Amino acid sequence: MTTVCESTDEAVAGIEDGSTVLIGGFGMAGMPVDLIDAVIRQGAEDLTIVSNNAGNGDTGLAALLAAGRVRRVVCSFPRQSDSWVFDGLYRSGRIELEVVPQGTLAERLRAAGAGIGAFFCPTGVGTPLAEGKETRVIDGRAYVLEYPIKGDVALVKAHVADRVGNLVYRKTARNFGPVMATAATTTVVQVGAVAEPGDIDPEVVVTPGIFVDRVVVVPDRAGATS
Amino acid sequence: MTAPIREHTGRGPLGKDEIAARIARDIPAGSYVNLGIGQPTLVADHLGPGAGVVLHTENGMLGMGPAATGDEIDPDLTNAGKVPVTELPGAAYFHHADSFAMMRGGHLDVCVLGAFQVSAHGDLANWHTGAPDAIPAVGGAMDLAIGAKQVFVMMTLFAKDGTAKLVRECTYPLTGLRCVSRLYTDLAVFELGAEGAVVVETFGISYDELAARLDVPLRAA
Repeated sequence: MTTVCESTDEAVAGIEDGSTVLIGGFGMAGMPVDLIDAVIRQGAEDLTIVSNNAGNGDTGLAALLAAGRVRRVVCSFPRQSDSWVFDGLYRSGRIELEVVPQGTLAERLRAAGAGIGAFFCPTGVGTPLAEGKETRVIDGRAYVLEYPIKGDVALVKAHVADRVGNLVYRKTARNFGPVMATAATTTVVQVGAVAEPGDIDPEVVVTPGIFVDRVVVVPDRAGATS
Repeated sequence: MTAPIREHTGRGPLGKDEIAARIARDIPAGSYVNLGIGQPTLVADHLGPGAGVVLHTENGMLGMGPAATGDEIDPDLTNAGKVPVTELPGAAYFHHADSFAMMRGGHLDVCVLGAFQVSAHGDLANWHTGAPDAIPAVGGAMDLAIGAKQVFVMMTLFAKDGTAKLVRECTYPLTGLRCVSRLYTDLAVFELGAEGAVVVETFGISYDELAARLDVPLRAA
């Protein structure tokens, strides 16, 4: 069942050293910055982070990397104009990187949440990212065997939750949230507001509450509460 | 069937915007289209409201509108290049697994991508230079390359150092095998495939001059 937490510190309590943490967001859209800040305070280290990017600027995921808590990043696109924190760690050999095609990243997370053991994917066939992986030709097309990515914890930002954990998102900030919410043992969601059960039309729920363990209200800072 | 080759020798090479306009002409009405980050986004300027084209952005939207300005800017609404954009009537939002299912599942009609190199058989290299100090970053490039029904590439035909970017075999790390169907450049438009490169149109250069400058067997349409 879903717990509505009083603070972000309560929401991220108990993350253990060495955990795999799934972090939603595409750039800053949908990034759960306040939950990441709480993880920095919470102190877990030796983390594996799974996210589309490897931090922008000096806040959010970049701040967690800068705090030295991350051993390994699994992402599709680490290199950006403002990824200087990751770039510095990578070039000095202080962080491991696994690059995964963006759609394969999403599907490996989806597979984890859906109980799929592995799947054959056409993306990346014949490229360096398929080296060492099992391949198979099915109906004349070549595929690469890909395995699920399961998280110990998922940190997700949604627009509104109700008290039983049903979520709706906002515009392209939805991105990885719904798949990551399914793929972790403990899913923690920061939302702009918590509504009463019944206030969210069941027809528009995007993530059903069964996938959500903890919710915490963090008023949006960027005008996204409307 | 391809029309006979058209040689436009009475003019110079195409500019970036003219290449974008040329690509837009080849996108059929009713298409679902993804425009890659960088120069391919210019194609949108030539797909007016009457073009009947729906733009997909892989971070999770169909029905993407033009770049947002002023009060329209919303940090929750960006394109794949993380640029603020707008939504058009009929737009839809979806999560990443659905967004890439649209590609991988063959639902997207056309994507337009940039490239470092393209081979005459349609191999694509556009994600990594292979330089030892480069940080690899692939994003959705590999998914797009193998996913869309037609992959168009937009690039200059020659790099700044004069080397051709249409090659027999790519030397940069590959993004996808045999995936590019059409190549649009400043000097020529090519159809690529198992039979090799076919020149459809030239700009500011004759077919014979073009053939002399490329180390790739060419055929005229």
